Amino acid sequence: MPNATFHSVATSVAGWSRRMFLTASATSLAVPLFARTSRAEAMDPQTARAKDPRDPANLALTVNGRKHQLALDARTTLLDALRERLGLTGAKKGCDHGQCGACTVLIDGRRVLSCLTLALVAEGRAVTTIEGLAKPDGTLHPMQQAFIDQDAFQCGYCTPGQILSAVSCVEEGHAANDAEIREYMSGNLCRCAAYPNIVAAIKQTKHSMREG
Amino acid sequence: MSATGIGATVRRKEDQRFITGKGHYTADVNRAGQTHACFVRSPHAHARIKGIDATAASKMPGVVAVLTGADLAVDKLGNLICGWMIHSKDGSAMKMAPHPALAQTKACHVGDPVAVVIAETLAQAKDAAEKVQVDYEVLPAVADPAQAQSAGAAQIHEVAPKNTIYQWQLGDKGKTDAAFQSAAHVTKLDIVNNRLVPNAIEPRAAIGEYDSGTGHFTLWNTTQNPHVARLVIAAFIGMAPEHKLRVIAPDVGGGFGSKIFIYPEEVVALWASKRVGRPVKWVAERVESFLSDAHGRDHVTHAEMAFDRDGKVVGLRARTIANLGAYMSTFSSSVPTYLYATLLSGQYNIPNIYCEVDAVYTNTVPVDAYRGAGRPEATFVVERLVEVAARELSIDPAELRKRNFIHQFPHQTPVILAYDAGDYNASLKKALELADYKGFAKRKRESARDGKLRGIGLSAYIEACGLAPSQAAGSLGAGVGLWESAEVRVNPTGSVEVLTGSHSHGQGHETTFAQLVSERLGIAIDNVSIVHGDTDIVQFGMGTYGSRSGAVGMSAIVKALDKVEAKAKKVASHLLEAAEGDIVFKDGKFTVAGTDRSVPWGDVALNAYTAHKFSGQELEPGLKETSFYDPTNFTFPAGCHVCEVEIDPDTGETEIVNWTAVDDFGVLVNPMIVEGQVHGGITQGVGQALLERAIYDKDGQLVTGSFMDYCMPRAHDVPSFKVGVTVTKCPSNPLGIKGCGEAGAIAAPAAVINAITDAIGSEQIAMPATPQAVWTAIQRGNATRKAAE
Repeated sequence: MPNATFHSVATSVAGWSRRMFLTASATSLAVPLFARTSRAEAMDPQTARAKDPRDPANLALTVNGRKHQLALDARTTLLDALRERLGLTGAKKGCDHGQCGACTVLIDGRRVLSCLTLALVAEGRAVTTIEGLAKPDGTLHPMQQAFIDQDAFQCGYCTPGQILSAVSCVEEGHAANDAEIREYMSGNLCRCAAYPNIVAAIKQTKHSMREG
Repeated sequence: MSATGIGATVRRKEDQRFITGKGHYTADVNRAGQTHACFVRSPHAHARIKGIDATAASKMPGVVAVLTGADLAVDKLGNLICGWMIHSKDGSAMKMAPHPALAQTKACHVGDPVAVVIAETLAQAKDAAEKVQVDYEVLPAVADPAQAQSAGAAQIHEVAPKNTIYQWQLGDKGKTDAAFQSAAHVTKLDIVNNRLVPNAIEPRAAIGEYDSGTGHFTLWNTTQNPHVARLVIAAFIGMAPEHKLRVIAPDVGGGFGSKIFIYPEEVVALWASKRVGRPVKWVAERVESFLSDAHGRDHVTHAEMAFDRDGKVVGLRARTIANLGAYMSTFSSSVPTYLYATLLSGQYNIPNIYCEVDAVYTNTVPVDAYRGAGRPEATFVVERLVEVAARELSIDPAELRKRNFIHQFPHQTPVILAYDAGDYNASLKKALELADYKGFAKRKRESARDGKLRGIGLSAYIEACGLAPSQAAGSLGAGVGLWESAEVRVNPTGSVEVLTGSHSHGQGHETTFAQLVSERLGIAIDNVSIVHGDTDIVQFGMGTYGSRSGAVGMSAIVKALDKVEAKAKKVASHLLEAAEGDIVFKDGKFTVAGTDRSVPWGDVALNAYTAHKFSGQELEPGLKETSFYDPTNFTFPAGCHVCEVEIDPDTGETEIVNWTAVDDFGVLVNPMIVEGQVHGGITQGVGQALLERAIYDKDGQLVTGSFMDYCMPRAHDVPSFKVGVTVTKCPSNPLGIKGCGEAGAIAAPAAVINAITDAIGSEQIAMPATPQAVWTAIQRGNATRKAAE
């Protein structure tokens, strides 16, 4: 018999697939979200209950300080909204299951896995992606500069997630020593294994970030 | 050495785009009008396909097409192939079973693609894929390579009785057996080299696009070798003539070998794009990566090493069963043969070596080259044998190694390779110093006071890299040449583009290759750009694997630069009105020897294109040269790694407390980049030794099919490393480079296991040495000791 691992593939014929999960969670999430908006169709509870989750939902996303109006399938993850709708492909899809960290972005300054976050959840909150980390004039964030200085990546694929996670690691106060940095960066996989240099980059940055 | 030349630590030119999210990977590419592909994959390890009913799926919203193996057959597309011929002992050719891009009669592993749904959106494709009804007749399966040849095992392919692909041998059996008979001591080991999943963080992806106006195909693909992909798809799959197929490998997010191969999904995306008349995009989900990327290693070996009374090795013999999975992947046959048994001499003078390898089919994902490819398996055999022998003979492991090191070069081993240069004593000595080998006993006592077991392990590895020359590779069965190409284009303003057949997917070629050009031409590194990864732009090239891009790819650039310089001197001779033979090129200036008359690089470049100072009869305008470089030998990076572990006997948890790596990579182009490669390699090797294993159950289900149950090395799993180098120049290429990409992964597993077995006092530990495995080994050892008392 196929085991649970394979059943999680979307192509399996039976079982509780990820997409069904997203549908269910989007439905349960979307209803209160619609209910608290001032949009006309959501004012009427009858309309909200009857709404098909596959119908596009209107939402406003603020990403890197810019506001975007979108009509999205309510099940759309923040990662897919960023990559497929806003053309912000810096956040990467490495596993789509919250297990690799390549999709890490900041919401209101806190790191989140955008593949496990519905776009709807980010409405009204400030989303920061790797594209928005440098200053508008192109001056790099100290963490970006430290990643260059310390050679903290190779193929670059996990790097946007690593950098945003590293920024949070410092801001959360979890960069006291090597062991703590390693622990609090352990959610971000790097198969090139630039880990020692990522630790070095965080150590380089933690003082300048506090000063800056 | 200039500030940006060979040997300088130069920050990477490619970094800016990666740290700002502007890297451009295949999944980031979108084409106008594109459709999305979702594969229907077999949930069974082995099953006859009795029928596929796509009726319901075809009617689902947004579905453009549902295609199966039968459609593939209608279009007469060829099978995927393995491009390296291996002959068995009896002279018969390897048994290559048909491998259609979509299974036609049988599915042979879980994840084998049997159909593809093309739809307007990915969600629609996935929904419809669930509606494709495949009528399977489930067949018995075999996943364990040690069981594949047994009498009752499931028979997978008709062409390969007893699932045996080849029974190959290397070395002199008679002489080796004789050496064992007269030996004073024989050390024996049974080894399982655990199966690994490469898991580049970028999943494989492909976009196929067909232009019906011109008949041209374009494939965006996560590949380490776009030209090889184009060649195979044109010549063997028969999709399109080679000149009407463009393969683009944009930024690639790590390969580690797994993106060398030609896979079903890219073939199908390309083919389907013509079928549906629109671009077709496919991006692997992580579970698909686990179920379809070629895995690595998976050897079962019995090995023996024989010694004389003085502790000199007199013979080594090994018998290995190598699992190649359900189909033969692109280069899979070469990995457990010419990339494995040829390295069984290690760094040692071993007069007699004999190795037998049976390659078998199983109902698992195909197995092919993964970082190190054959050489980690060989190093593990040799370095475990030496370490265990040292313990059995009560000789210090470092001393036993020293006693057997090769000192004279060139050195012809009994297993084909001729080592050209090295100093194994130097790397051992330096590693022992950096690791404070002498202070280990004291540290062990201190650990014991804390209730911990401390162990130290060495691994003195060697690898054959560069993967060349072509003639030698051809004589061993390679279906392709293993040279590399470069084209150096000088622009009228003096800036330079280098088109290379190598492909960079994390190795930093855009920097290291530019360092070479900057130093040679005396121009700023920012005035050099490295172009790779597009078959319409770059001349034919062989791509990047086997730590070959420095030794072979950069050498091709050197040869092209030689030609550029020669031509530029002709131009300069006209500008300076001097004889060509009197022109000297140095520091970016052409000077008439013995005078102060000179002309700078930029003027020569401009005049090569204005062509005002010479006639077309005297000299062709322009400044662009090409080279196809084939080296004279493999390169032989070698070194010594020392791993020190501390184990908690109550939990079995192993902590790596100290790691020293001293490597001889020949000339270093950029020490910073080399160090990063060493870190990465060691960590993948540590992953193999402590964490990673692809586990199939008896029905052929992959039990470790996600990052939740396949344990990848994370930041907290590895320490910071002490990295040192020794240098002996490689004599077989003009730069003296040996290559550094795989060393860590080759050296590390044996170093870790040697350290753990040293700590626990038992040799019975399999990889990965998880806390449970270590704890169990400790308990077993305690029980044995008690029984003896």
